[in-house]
Amino acid sequence: MSHDLHHTDGHHEIEMPHASMRDYVIGFLLSVILTAIPFWLVMTMPLSAGVTGAIIMGFAVVQIVVHMVFFLHMTPKAEGGWSLTSLVFTIIVVVIMLAGSLWVMHHLNTNMMPMPHEPTSQVTGQVL
Amino acid sequence: MSAKTITADAPVQFYDLDEHAHPEGYSTMLGFWIYLMSDCLIFAILFACYAVLGGSYAAGPAPKDLFDLKLIALNTAMLLFSSITYGFAVLQMQQGKVKGVQIWLAVTALFGLAFLGIELYEFHHLIEIGAGPQRSAFLSSFFTLVGTHGLHVTFGIIWLVTLMFQLSKHGLIAANKRRVMCLSMFWHFLDVVWIGVFTFVYLMGVLR
Repeated sequence: MSHDLHHTDGHHEIEMPHASMRDYVIGFLLSVILTAIPFWLVMTMPLSAGVTGAIIMGFAVVQIVVHMVFFLHMTPKAEGGWSLTSLVFTIIVVVIMLAGSLWVMHHLNTNMMPMPHEPTSQVTGQVL
Repeated sequence: MSAKTITADAPVQFYDLDEHAHPEGYSTMLGFWIYLMSDCLIFAILFACYAVLGGSYAAGPAPKDLFDLKLIALNTAMLLFSSITYGFAVLQMQQGKVKGVQIWLAVTALFGLAFLGIELYEFHHLIEIGAGPQRSAFLSSFFTLVGTHGLHVTFGIIWLVTLMFQLSKHGLIAANKRRVMCLSMFWHFLDVVWIGVFTFVYLMGVLR
């Protein structure tokens, strides 16, 4: 713009992450590849369901990292390291929450709702 | 940033007594990042709900019967395109071209609207065939998770339009640059959440 509002009180510019065309193009191409392969795997099913599941989960994790680095400009030095610190903290909380919920609810399921085809003694845990 | 040299006769100062000035909005970016992290927790809870309830069909339809992967692939493409077009807006901002920023923000908003349109079409279709959120625990958690993401995209689009007006009124002042960068984080973050949605809900759902 032609007229910048100059701050006369000696303020320096706030540092912002510097983005480059290279970053966005690399991030975009990687994302396209990392999205297309899982969709192709599931739509054509060349592998077994278990292997496909493991592969697409792996691709999702890689793609999230790609987005963090190339689109969100995540570096260990961003904001004096506090962005990364809060991110790591959030990941820890999320992992505890996800793993904990699944673990607890899985046990509740197997213990509280006996399925007809399972032997009762195993399911109810009664002392025989 | 005041590195004081401590001499023998000067009293030692343990506290930073003089208030030093901070530039306006110096902590906005970090604060917004921390907001996004809290948003991340909301989505984590909804993902956990879906993970627990996603197999409870109540004798109703399963993901395999409902999800059209071609439509989801198209939706994912819309969001990916909107991510790179937002990137172009940021690049234009770095070159100080306010018109370029506005054009790319408009393109981003159009891709966002296309995403929302496809998602609403899918929701409408599901509800019409009787697979609405009240049908089973799987569908309740599905609509909550995907709907919350869609709601975020909706607010992102409102923010995009607001920002385009702010840019046309004030140009690329420091506050507007900050807003562009904050919305950039918000928009790319929504794309990150969508990676989780299409992998965990749609692709894994069809595999189940």
